[in-house]
Amino acid sequence: MKELTCIVCPVGCRITVEEKDGELVITGNSCPRGYEHAKNEYTDPKRMLTTTVKVEGGVLPRIPVISTAEIPKRQLGDCLAQLYQLKVTAPVAYGDIIVKDILGTGVDIKASREMPAKAAV
Amino acid sequence: MKEIKTDITVIGGGPAGLAAAVEAKKQGAGKVLIIERDFELGGVLQQCIHDGFGLHRFGRRMSGSEYAQIFIDEVNELGIDVVTDTMVLEVTPEKELYACNSTDGMMHISSGAIILAMGCRERTAGQILLLGGRPSGVMTAGSVQRYINMEGYLPGKKAVILGSGDIGLIMARRMTLEGIEVEGVYEVMPNPGGLTRNIVQCLEDFDIPLHLSTTVAHVHGNSVLEGVTVAKIDENRKVLHETERFIPCDLLVLAVGLIPENELSKGAGIALDPKTKGPVVDQNFMTSVPGIFAAGNVSAVFDLVDYVSMSGEIAARGAVRYVNGTLPSGEGKDVKIAGNVNFVIPQKVIDDPEGGNMFFMRVKHPDGRSKISAAGGEIAGKSVHQRVAPPEMLACEVRGIQDAELEISVGAVG
Repeated sequence: MKELTCIVCPVGCRITVEEKDGELVITGNSCPRGYEHAKNEYTDPKRMLTTTVKVEGGVLPRIPVISTAEIPKRQLGDCLAQLYQLKVTAPVAYGDIIVKDILGTGVDIKASREMPAKAAV
Repeated sequence: MKEIKTDITVIGGGPAGLAAAVEAKKQGAGKVLIIERDFELGGVLQQCIHDGFGLHRFGRRMSGSEYAQIFIDEVNELGIDVVTDTMVLEVTPEKELYACNSTDGMMHISSGAIILAMGCRERTAGQILLLGGRPSGVMTAGSVQRYINMEGYLPGKKAVILGSGDIGLIMARRMTLEGIEVEGVYEVMPNPGGLTRNIVQCLEDFDIPLHLSTTVAHVHGNSVLEGVTVAKIDENRKVLHETERFIPCDLLVLAVGLIPENELSKGAGIALDPKTKGPVVDQNFMTSVPGIFAAGNVSAVFDLVDYVSMSGEIAARGAVRYVNGTLPSGEGKDVKIAGNVNFVIPQKVIDDPEGGNMFFMRVKHPDGRSKISAAGGEIAGKSVHQRVAPPEMLACEVRGIQDAELEISVGAVG
């Protein structure tokens, strides 16, 4: 059994998901979107991934990145570990793919801003 | 002193200023200038690397930096002038503006209209009653966010967060992902300060406890933070000493509210609203000083950036009409509020059928299914909300405002 707070809309229903005879019994939701959300949260919760990656020669030392779609929650830690090993070089354009198909999830990691190179002094 | 003349000068290159400058240019304004204090445009959005921005406007989940990038690209394409690393020192009631930076020195800028978009500031340790020393390691959530997300520093190893506003919640998750142990989030009020979706995604996802009606009673450490004492408080906010508990930590993150930044507005003699702590504005977001407009968090603290951009665009349309001499003038009448409304912005309406018609409000207390009503006008679009709560701003469009007599109310419906 799993209890969760629905985040589809501001109502914030407390939803309970139970497995009975191999079938999901979902209670507490007040709309079909809540039902769908609870089902996904129970079977395979997913989250967007956002973090920063080291960048060399840029106006800042880190560049923010974002996943192009949601990634299974259980794989977030491994994705982060991979991203923390990386180093990219400025300039980077907004939307540049930093990692393609990260850990076989089918999701790309892209730069979420541009990072101009630091002017030579 | 360098002399500059513009049609519209925008103070601040964050979300409000960017949207205002882009809209002003699109409406046909001649020379539009953005003055930004930081080294680049984007404002606080550049440190908001998490997603959830732009759901209303762009219909997809973007990070703050992405949201900013779209506007920055537009600013560049439209040929809007930008000066960065530049501090505005003074705005006069006659719309004369003084600014300085290290390459141009002092600048005197005369503008057809000015749009204030300075945003807001975080409440600091000095502004809340925080007993104990002032060691390093006590900082606002926004500072921690900038250190981690932009400058690449980890400001601590073990953190306690005071305040459950959205920035505090977002930082609880962010610090956890970066390897900082977050002991818990402590909230003085009996209700969480942030959006439900942030409680779920930032705290529950990472098993970070949220302690309501609890505060930091003492800060320990002389030069470096050694820990904090937390304690429950009663309904009069009195510390219940028997509940005190010492938590060793090297980082105390303050997420205790935002205050619109209006030092320049005060200097210009602009009337401020004690509730919003921002300028009193009419439906075109024009302040009490003709030709000076306010947009975004300088006028009131918004929860969604989409609304901030929207207010910038409304202000820009008003500013362009002001410069063209087509904006009606008038004292305006106060927008009255009733029922479960704490404040509404704009606070005034003038007789201007072509003016802005968006109104933003916060409720006084949480309630179930509620309806926004307008006497002396007609609500267009969504008026019924399944749930209302003070952290979530309500927005509505009011059409056909009758001779500027408007009362907006929110009340529970069955």
